[in-house]
Amino acid sequence: MMEKMIFGRYVPAESVMHRMDPRAKLIIIFLFVCIIFLANNWFTYALIGIYTFIMLGMSRVPFKFLFGGLKPILWLVLFTFLLQLFFTKEGALVWSWGPVKIYEEGIRMGLFISLRFFFLILMTSLLTLTTTPIEITDGLETLLNPLKKVKFPVHEMALMMSISLRFIPTLMQETDKIMKAQIARGVEFASGPVKERIKAVIPLLIPLFVSSFKRAEELAVAMEARGYRGGEGRTKYRQLSWRMVDTLQLVALALLTVLLILLRA
Amino acid sequence: MDISLSNVEYRYQAGTPFERLAIQDVTIDIPSGTYLALIGHTGSGKSTVLQHLNALLQPTLGSVKIGDREVKANEKNKNLRAIRQRVGIVFQFPEHQLFEETVEKDIIFGPMNFGVSENAAKERARVALKQVGLGEEILEKSPFDLSGGQMRRIAIAGVLAMNPDVIVLDEPTAGLDPRGRKEIMDMFYNLHKERNLSTILVTHSMEDAARYADQIVIMQQGRVAKRGTPEEIFSAPEDLVQMGLDVPEVVRFQLKLEEKTGLNLGKIYLSIDELTAAVTKRLGGGVRT
Amino acid sequence: MKKSVVSLKDVSFQYDSEEQYALKSVTFDVYEGEWLAIVGHNGSGKSTTAKLLNGLQFPSEGEISVCGLQLNEETVWDVRKRLGMVFQNPDNQFVGTTVQDDVAFGLENMGIPREEMVERVQDALKKVKMDQFLYQEPHHLSGGQKQRVAIAGVLALRPSIIILDEATSMLDPRGREEVLETVRTLKNEKSLTVISITHDLDEAAKADRIIVMNRGEVYREGTPEEIFSMDEELVKLGLDIPFSVKMSKAFRQQGFQLSKHFLTEEELVTELWTSHSRM
Repeated sequence: MMEKMIFGRYVPAESVMHRMDPRAKLIIIFLFVCIIFLANNWFTYALIGIYTFIMLGMSRVPFKFLFGGLKPILWLVLFTFLLQLFFTKEGALVWSWGPVKIYEEGIRMGLFISLRFFFLILMTSLLTLTTTPIEITDGLETLLNPLKKVKFPVHEMALMMSISLRFIPTLMQETDKIMKAQIARGVEFASGPVKERIKAVIPLLIPLFVSSFKRAEELAVAMEARGYRGGEGRTKYRQLSWRMVDTLQLVALALLTVLLILLRA
Repeated sequence: MDISLSNVEYRYQAGTPFERLAIQDVTIDIPSGTYLALIGHTGSGKSTVLQHLNALLQPTLGSVKIGDREVKANEKNKNLRAIRQRVGIVFQFPEHQLFEETVEKDIIFGPMNFGVSENAAKERARVALKQVGLGEEILEKSPFDLSGGQMRRIAIAGVLAMNPDVIVLDEPTAGLDPRGRKEIMDMFYNLHKERNLSTILVTHSMEDAARYADQIVIMQQGRVAKRGTPEEIFSAPEDLVQMGLDVPEVVRFQLKLEEKTGLNLGKIYLSIDELTAAVTKRLGGGVRT
Repeated sequence: MKKSVVSLKDVSFQYDSEEQYALKSVTFDVYEGEWLAIVGHNGSGKSTTAKLLNGLQFPSEGEISVCGLQLNEETVWDVRKRLGMVFQNPDNQFVGTTVQDDVAFGLENMGIPREEMVERVQDALKKVKMDQFLYQEPHHLSGGQKQRVAIAGVLALRPSIIILDEATSMLDPRGREEVLETVRTLKNEKSLTVISITHDLDEAAKADRIIVMNRGEVYREGTPEEIFSMDEELVKLGLDIPFSVKMSKAFRQQGFQLSKHFLTEEELVTELWTSHSRM
């Protein structure tokens, strides 16, 4: 189940979207989340839909893979639709069966809201599908740079994020190892009553904490030995490059915004 | 207790795009009371084999017989705990599995999971502690206040206290200093001798394999590449070299000596004393003054 | 005259939480271009020594100087540029998300301009033969490869001294050989001074000089030959004797009269052969 889940996963490929500057992608997603609320009729929703699918097409992530992976979330979309469908009581009555009454407005709202939700999910997964976590971190760090003026620890935050990303696979391996060691000592993680199962997690969690603290300590020493003393005076090796395509993408989004304003009811 | 693997294959994450074949066609017999050394490079599949020995992994093909139980591919297996009680595994860097407040609680954790009463488990803890060469005064201490070497021994005691019939050791001396290494290896060897405990040692050290084991299995690229007694294995050192493995120092020395002097000792010697005695006999050493 | 690049004078150190001194008036010099092995059992004070050399801790008493700089809180960052360190656990010193990022980490800290960084990263990775792995993530590398990346990270800062703090003790034999071979080549190519803290006696046998530590003190100092003639005394200190020395001893017990304890198997074989053929 988790293996097929693609929300938040990076899929390596050669595409326009993959090559885009993470800053551009972050800005686009942020703006998209705002302007999607401009849509309020079929025209505008259709526009947003077309835009989303063009972007998806440009990412070269196979549709089948994409929707297969989003299945669990699609259930959530369906749930949103049903919620709107049954609880909106405006417009003409379309259908009723006992206490269940469905109104015209309910269908419309249900469709609009679930579509909005659906497009949002597609666009945000597009960001994570085509951008490595470290690129997102770099993008955020540069975009948030102005916040340094108000003493927001931008560099520290970015470093923290990149170190966490670096250690996720290491911690997964460690978890697997400790789990097996405890199973060999008679712990059963996957069966028994809930209370027993919660108790079974302790022999896993404590060693994980202990080893993570030890790692953190050793890592801090290693960083200090390599001359790390905060963000001051540091240069950056990873470089972001803003190119024509990034500007074009922003222009396209601006056009979309204008169209939405013109066409909305 | 006998363990035998027949035609075992294991694939990690089978049925996903990340599928990876780890071992295939692995057949190994481990009769009760054997001291078997499992040798191979990192990635040769030896740790995958190890995890089959107490059903931590279920083969994707073939079967594993552990005592009177059989774990087969594609079959639901219930109550694997009974197997795990009889086959204890000391993982690499076992001190990473310690978690209790006191040494005593940590050692009795295993036995109590397998239904041993608290008092009996505490008794076992005392015995196990003695076996690993530590004193009882340590029982009430927190395992996290101990030195690395002591933590390693506590973790080993936790496995010994389960009173397993078979003990599996994955590089049990990694990171220890020479004295610690020798003490731990000698301790396991004594246990093996005294209790006729089947011992399976996964190691990189040809010295340890030559010194302690009575059977050696060499793994390469997920398959059993060679199997035999230490004498058999090390009599064909060229095979080992070809696999990129070391030969024990004594063997290497004998080969160098034979090459340089044209001497042929006729067989491979695995200990320094035997080798020097044989060379002396041939060269008539000891007469020159 | 040998030039001293590191010198410790009467250095003592005590951890806050402990009564006993971890180091007791330790005095020694490290000379330019040599390979110095510091050996001792776990807890003998050898790792504390490494921490002090790099200014990760400061001595309670005594003085340390590195490349003519008196080591204190003001000079510590300059000292760290001259003296790079490779630690024991390959995972816990890998900071970057990829190989090249990790090598660049130290350079970023020093504020090196990007163009120069790119060059130095490439150059350093080539020296440890890891230049094919620029974009590789750490969890896809073997222990030996990670340690070579760590060495590249140190090299990129162009230090004159490199400290290996049990850098090979968590590796398999292949990884260990990879790392030692890399350092050996580097040392020969560009008069790098190597301080190797280890309990691998076979590695120490190949050093130029050995310091044996015991209970926080320098127990003995000398060439490998001198040190390994200590024989059983070493075993009492929790250490071991290299194989060829054991072999020499065994032959002596059989009545062979060898001129000394041999540190390499080749020498011993030659001696046996010549003594035999002279008979």
